[in-house]
Amino acid sequence: MGRRLFWPSFAFPGAAWLVVLFLVPTYAVLAVAFGRVDPIFNNPVPVWEPWHWQFQTMRSVLDELRPGHPFWTVYARTFAYVAIALAGCLAIGYPVAYYLARHATRTKAFLLVLLIIPFWVSYLMRMLAWVGLLLPDGLVNRTLMDVGILSQPHGWLDGQSSSVILALIYGYVPYLILPLYATLDRIERHVLEAGRDLGASPFSTFVHVTLPLSRNGILAASVLIALPMFGDYYTNDVISGSPQTSMIGNQINLFFQGGPQRTVGAALVIVLSALLAVLMSYYLWVTVRASRSEPAL
Amino acid sequence: MRRVRDWWANPWGRPRALVVVTWGYMVWSIAPVVIAILFSFNSGRSRSVWQGFSTRWYWGDPTSSVLHDPTLRGALEQSLKLAGLDMLIAVPLGVGLALGLTRWRGFGARPVNFLMLFPLVTPEIVMAVSLLLVFVTLYRVPLGTTAQVLGQVTFSVSYVVLIVRSRLLSVGGEYEEAARDLGATRVGALRLVLLPLLAPAIFASLMVVFALSIDDFVVTDYLSSTASTQTVPIRIYSSVRGTATPALNALATVMVVATLLAVGLAFFVYRRVSAAQRSERGVALREIAALEI
Repeated sequence: MGRRLFWPSFAFPGAAWLVVLFLVPTYAVLAVAFGRVDPIFNNPVPVWEPWHWQFQTMRSVLDELRPGHPFWTVYARTFAYVAIALAGCLAIGYPVAYYLARHATRTKAFLLVLLIIPFWVSYLMRMLAWVGLLLPDGLVNRTLMDVGILSQPHGWLDGQSSSVILALIYGYVPYLILPLYATLDRIERHVLEAGRDLGASPFSTFVHVTLPLSRNGILAASVLIALPMFGDYYTNDVISGSPQTSMIGNQINLFFQGGPQRTVGAALVIVLSALLAVLMSYYLWVTVRASRSEPAL
Repeated sequence: MRRVRDWWANPWGRPRALVVVTWGYMVWSIAPVVIAILFSFNSGRSRSVWQGFSTRWYWGDPTSSVLHDPTLRGALEQSLKLAGLDMLIAVPLGVGLALGLTRWRGFGARPVNFLMLFPLVTPEIVMAVSLLLVFVTLYRVPLGTTAQVLGQVTFSVSYVVLIVRSRLLSVGGEYEEAARDLGATRVGALRLVLLPLLAPAIFASLMVVFALSIDDFVVTDYLSSTASTQTVPIRIYSSVRGTATPALNALATVMVVATLLAVGLAFFVYRRVSAAQRSERGVALREIAALEI
């Protein structure tokens, strides 16, 4: 084998796989969204040549996205849910990551194992666990009734926004804590000592040293969990199942699993991807920059 | 006694609040799963009221236990089958890609490097929709096991590349060069020197791919066809809100145990293999953790 082709030949199968099964499929979404619909069977007919693309489906989807229209409501709700869930995740995750990185000593290894366990338990198993707890005769209702806070079972699973947001927090917070922990753990101890030596209180050392140094980590970790949350539909289906709480993911899922209008679904996927492109490129930029400045993880 | 007095004098001194938050979080994150596992041993049909201990939902019940209900057992088999195939295809592809991308500096390396990152940040529903559409309209791949494997490999490969590449970078090129200087061929140096050095990373990748595959719901669901290609997560999703019995909890529990066993085994092997390099253990944990993005 030629000298020059030795290493590229290792990369070739994987690279080809990604082109055939990632790049081309992405283009297929465009071809379907800007394609035609078979008038008899109502099937999407993809149009592969961009110069023959038709835009009426996309136009009607964008029309529905104006304030006050159905898709607008779903989009606004999704942004609200994700924003609140993200804030909740940070409120829980940052202190935990901080404690692990800075203060945990003897218990650190044990705590790290506990932290990683949720990664190895299937996401839907974790949702299943909450459904069991939140059923009308579940542990949560019974405990709250025993204590006297509730007089009758609360319908946690009957389309409550609060339940969906709490489930999102529960589902995604582990994915936030670990990268945050890695960031905080990397801050050198003597940088903090320098802050203390220069007369700063522990609190102002935190505000002026730790927090700025962990800012990029916070942003990257937030993007990392915001991206899947924007496409999430299963949490919602499992915890609420009501159209009152449906998110962008549910809307897309509806067009693919339920209805025949896959063209509309594909158009919605493009709108979602366009919105998330900002977040995605930020994350890619951070990753690429980090891998250049720090080669060995 | 002194600690109590200190605490009394300044209960919110440095980490007390943090200790409470941290342990509270740990309990909150794990207790629901433990409770769900306990209910898989319930003797009655309820998933929320305890009626006594039994293994009925695992094998005792002749019709609706995990062992005897064909839909539950089928889901388990399908999950394990997909995980096996995914590991078998994604790990070699990813190792090759990592080797190629680290050592090859020519035209084309950069775009591939960039392309490889995209599956990591694309929301799953976007990936699932695009695979479904391309299989149905262009490639004519029948939905079912084949499509599911193709989909799972596509999102698994990049994780393997990340794990193996970070190991490659920390190993450096010196060992390989030494082997070449001592007369090994290029393939020989790869087989006798580099691959053994990569073994821990390959084990870690196998484990991560197994977990990714077992855990995956969206892509696997979009590319499934009939009931026989449903996996455990799909089964949970489709029946959790209905009148499911604790057999569903039992099914999920079997999956959790299988995953933890796989992880434990791979971690054990990883440690054995890298025992010579003690300092690597922390890295191992971090690699495994950080890459389960």
